Amino acid sequence: MIDKRIIRIGAGAGFAGDRIEPALELVEQGDLDFLVFECLAERTIALAQNARRADPDGGFDPLLLERMRRVLPAARARGVRIITNAGAANPLGAAHAVAALAQELGLPPLRVAAVLGDDVLEAIATRPFPLIDREGTSADLPAVISANAYLGAGPIADALDQGADVVVTGRVGDPALFVGPLIHAFGWSIEDSSLMGRATVVGHLLECAGQLTGGYFADAGRKHVPGLARLGFPLAEVAADASAVVTKVAGSGGLLSLATCKEQLLYEILDPAAYYQADVVADFRSVRLREVGDDRIAVTGGDGRPRPDSLKVSIGYDDGFIGEGQISYAGPGALERARLAIDVVRERLAIVGVPLDEARFDLMGVDAVDRTGRGLPPREVRLRICARAATIEAAQRIGAEVEALYTNGPFGGGGATRSVRRVVAVASTLIPADMVQPRVIMVEG
Amino acid sequence: MLLGDVAHLRTGDKGDISQISVIAYDPADFPLIAREVTVARVLRHLSGVAVRAATRHELPDLGALNFVLEGALNGGVTRSLALDAHGKALGAQLLDLPLDGDAES
Repeated sequence: MIDKRIIRIGAGAGFAGDRIEPALELVEQGDLDFLVFECLAERTIALAQNARRADPDGGFDPLLLERMRRVLPAARARGVRIITNAGAANPLGAAHAVAALAQELGLPPLRVAAVLGDDVLEAIATRPFPLIDREGTSADLPAVISANAYLGAGPIADALDQGADVVVTGRVGDPALFVGPLIHAFGWSIEDSSLMGRATVVGHLLECAGQLTGGYFADAGRKHVPGLARLGFPLAEVAADASAVVTKVAGSGGLLSLATCKEQLLYEILDPAAYYQADVVADFRSVRLREVGDDRIAVTGGDGRPRPDSLKVSIGYDDGFIGEGQISYAGPGALERARLAIDVVRERLAIVGVPLDEARFDLMGVDAVDRTGRGLPPREVRLRICARAATIEAAQRIGAEVEALYTNGPFGGGGATRSVRRVVAVASTLIPADMVQPRVIMVEG
Repeated sequence: MLLGDVAHLRTGDKGDISQISVIAYDPADFPLIAREVTVARVLRHLSGVAVRAATRHELPDLGALNFVLEGALNGGVTRSLALDAHGKALGAQLLDLPLDGDAES
């Protein structure tokens, strides 16, 4: 018998700091089965691991509970189940916190699943693993903080099979947050690579939320996005063969067109023939997009090959400090005065003995982000000096020397600012998939 | 004619790799774009980017090219000292890449 059901799955966040209002709009008006919050950037887990060491109950996305407070009542009233990777370094702690929040809000009993097993810090310590984004091995990294494998969709589907209303994970591949609920809903075999490939296409289109519906797109005179301030987030109406129509809530702002879908389909894809995920190597070359209504794009095609036998691991490590200072110059000669200021700061840092192994001297408005070398002399320019330092004291000196340009530098410097930040960097490696054992723990709230 | 007259772009990052898609507004313009927008001309236009290796993937069914610029992000977003550590502003600078053969110096 042909399964003619359509599963409706929405994207409620595309990054940790994403807006909450469009997610609530999706829950209230999107007639959803599932809502996904993608909230975990590459180094977020390392930062969260530090937070968990300071507070054993912490270490998950600090915005998780605010998102849940806003969305959970409407989601529970409509039977919308939520999947999120906001568990970061402590999915179990996050699950307990969500369950407690549901009680506090007076909601009916809630089943919250935590997906564990992505934390491979101990496994990584057993031997050196070659890094895939640079020379060397994991053993060369100083002060490793965290190591997390990108899990697949399987444990998310398992959690939903067990009746979870909310699933909280740590590191999983972003598309898996969407593929997991679809495996659960349709009873798909995770071994069907072609199906997993097509489902990955849908998950990938949705994972950055507003970037499918006109966010990161508008360009005056070229690409118009109506109602950008009220940008709605996308949802997919998915069929049992993993074909889908992507759309958004009627009346929401934004635009969902062939152009926005093409941009997002290729976003952060390297080889379109080989998009590596834990469950599949997806092939995007045969994806077809077709406009089937206002803000409605049909997505068909795509393919997949069997899963790789290794999983990608992000390793977070302490990488010293970065010190920065900025100051502005304006009027005729602004650029020349900013260049003089660079020379002065460079010489002063040498005199006071702050090593500048790695430094940038940017003229914002000229060459700070432009890489064509064609910037024209501007009426105003902001000097930015930024350097890596081994100690916090050396890093502080960078901004201090920029600030000192007020009374010790060229004519007319204004608006100086300075900052120091501790750097948590990320390196990547691969580990055999059988070294990773995902598991699900259910919390009743 | 400039690239931005016939194509739109999106820029993403993965580690120390910048990825830039170039997508024809009208699929009929794809052959022109595929002919003119070579790896060499992209790198010449973005002369301030230090690239270790560059690859161009072609997606004729989508009318799109996908450029993968390895080593373009100063060690990657988590380490970079750059103001735009993700390199998000890179693709937009290709909007004024000329599409007139070898006229670009």
